Amino acid sequence: MATVKKVLPRRLVGLATLRAVSTSSVGTFPKQVKIVEVGPRDGLQNEKNIVPTPVKIKLIDMLSEAGLPVVEATSFVSPKWVPQMADHAEVLKGIQKFPGVNYPVLTPNFKGFQAAVAAGAKEVAIFGAASELFTKKNINCSIDESLQRFDEILKAARAAGISVRGYVSCVLGCPYEGKISPAKVAEVTKKLYSMGCYEISLGDTIGVGTPGAMKDMLSAVLQEVPVTALAVHCHDTYGQALANTLTALQMGVSVMDSSVAGLGGCPYAQGASGNLATEDLVYMLAGLGIHTGVNLQKLLEAGAFICQALNRRTNSKVAQATCKL
Amino acid sequence: MGNVPCAVKHCLSYQQLLREHLWIGDSVAGALEPAQESAQVSGFPEYVKIVEVGPRDGLQNEKVIVPTDIKIEFINQLSQTGLSVIEVTSFVSSRWIPQVAAGATEVSVFGAASESFSKKNINCSIEESMKKFEEVVKSARHMNIPARGYVSCALGCPYEGNITLQKVTEVSKRLYGMGCYEISLGDTIGVGTPGSMKKMLESVMKEIPPRALAVHCHDTYGQALANILTALQMGINVVDSAVSGLGGCPYAKGASGNVATEDLIYMLNGLGVNTGVNLYKVMEAGDFICKAVNKTTNSKVAQASFNA
Repeated sequence: MATVKKVLPRRLVGLATLRAVSTSSVGTFPKQVKIVEVGPRDGLQNEKNIVPTPVKIKLIDMLSEAGLPVVEATSFVSPKWVPQMADHAEVLKGIQKFPGVNYPVLTPNFKGFQAAVAAGAKEVAIFGAASELFTKKNINCSIDESLQRFDEILKAARAAGISVRGYVSCVLGCPYEGKISPAKVAEVTKKLYSMGCYEISLGDTIGVGTPGAMKDMLSAVLQEVPVTALAVHCHDTYGQALANTLTALQMGVSVMDSSVAGLGGCPYAQGASGNLATEDLVYMLAGLGIHTGVNLQKLLEAGAFICQALNRRTNSKVAQATCKL
Repeated sequence: MGNVPCAVKHCLSYQQLLREHLWIGDSVAGALEPAQESAQVSGFPEYVKIVEVGPRDGLQNEKVIVPTDIKIEFINQLSQTGLSVIEVTSFVSSRWIPQVAAGATEVSVFGAASESFSKKNINCSIEESMKKFEEVVKSARHMNIPARGYVSCALGCPYEGNITLQKVTEVSKRLYGMGCYEISLGDTIGVGTPGSMKKMLESVMKEIPPRALAVHCHDTYGQALANILTALQMGINVVDSAVSGLGGCPYAKGASGNVATEDLIYMLNGLGVNTGVNLYKVMEAGDFICKAVNKTTNSKVAQASFNA
């Protein structure tokens, strides 16, 4: 059968000539990708309802079962600021520690670091930002001052044989400053790397980035830090997460952060979504023939479990299509 | 991100973010400012034509019947956005000539790369459908009316599963050969990923020049923009989408369907690719139709911008 179409007069006459297109960038991908699952921390932190400790523990166990190599378990932050993470010690002590799986925890300050170590943490994470204003509003100091504070943690971690992962927020834009220069991102990333972070996760905190911006930012950072030490943490607030992640992959980045069921909204845009859904990321990587070690079926089960517990719909398109939720 | 700051209310409003920080072009005609033009990312087309299928593919797959006056207002709003192609509704039977005489300026024919899909959808084999399309396209060309060809199931079929590259290429070549000026390759059930998109396009582009190709990606598994990005990198510069991501997927209950035009434009603007389309106006049209049919938008850009 045929349909009818009404074509309006074109504003732009003819098609512009194509710039030289290289297909080589399209096809080269890493053979393996490490997925860092941030649902239990970044995801749940942004959920309105407080999740009971046993539910958190079960979620993390299910995620470990699904084959994720890294599951960010919790944050050793003051309950005054983030009530959702008040049970941090209990969670870390209560989860099954699967062999070969890492369970990093956030430590915003030295006090948090000490509590994390006491609770058995083997890996911690610290948060820098590529924006002065964001740092000021977030932790009430400048970027340099924040790095000085983290230095204390890094020194103690090194002495205790604990790995430290660094995060850089606002790498593709800031909710206060707007545009962020790739040079600034490179500068902060380089500092964290030289201070001793084994890996730096570059976060598009408000999800405003697009593939071009991702490419420019990574090009600048790659001049200072080897690609093997980099990860990307894309938010899906404007639907760009997977496209941005693909771009990072094409540039050789092989560590990606995501959140089961796309848990976590965005505190800067009410009603907006936040993290990239792990299920959708795994689907793409599997389609590309890239090894992740993740069992999608078990991952879907973990997502279904937490959505039921939270009484909310999944943000994962794969889950929506598969589980008919 | 780390701990949530309390000073969130002091952050830039979405309008400021989008306008002042060059993430999207802001002009009535949708053309880029010189500063933005120079920011165009290499390896992508300078211009992409968006084919808006919301009023047809989108609304067709929505459960509610949309009153005619709403449809008309919706299309009128879309007409103000700068979109140069808007697919409107109405199935046409074999006696399509009166409809054409009523003012249609273009015709579309729908082929499929899957025998089973063809049988179940239009109750005939691929070969039989091609013969019928040949008649339609020939008559259309005789009246100087351009014909666009669609190939469904280009990256997978709900009945057959995997579809061979040869079949997609064969059907596309047939439609192009009979006179369709453009072939829209559809990932009907959204199962494609960048790897399968690349392989399929490489195969089809051996027979059909990229300027005569378009991609029609469904977002059922969240892969649409990543697949579109891949197509763009390979030289395709026509993309189908539906405002608000209208239209579910009849093969997966509760699943999403078309990629949202707003999210596509956002990505293209960020890449410095010209589209001629004003994102704000598209968002307004999307807001209108969602309110009219009482559904939440499927566009992430709209969700982030219009407070829930």
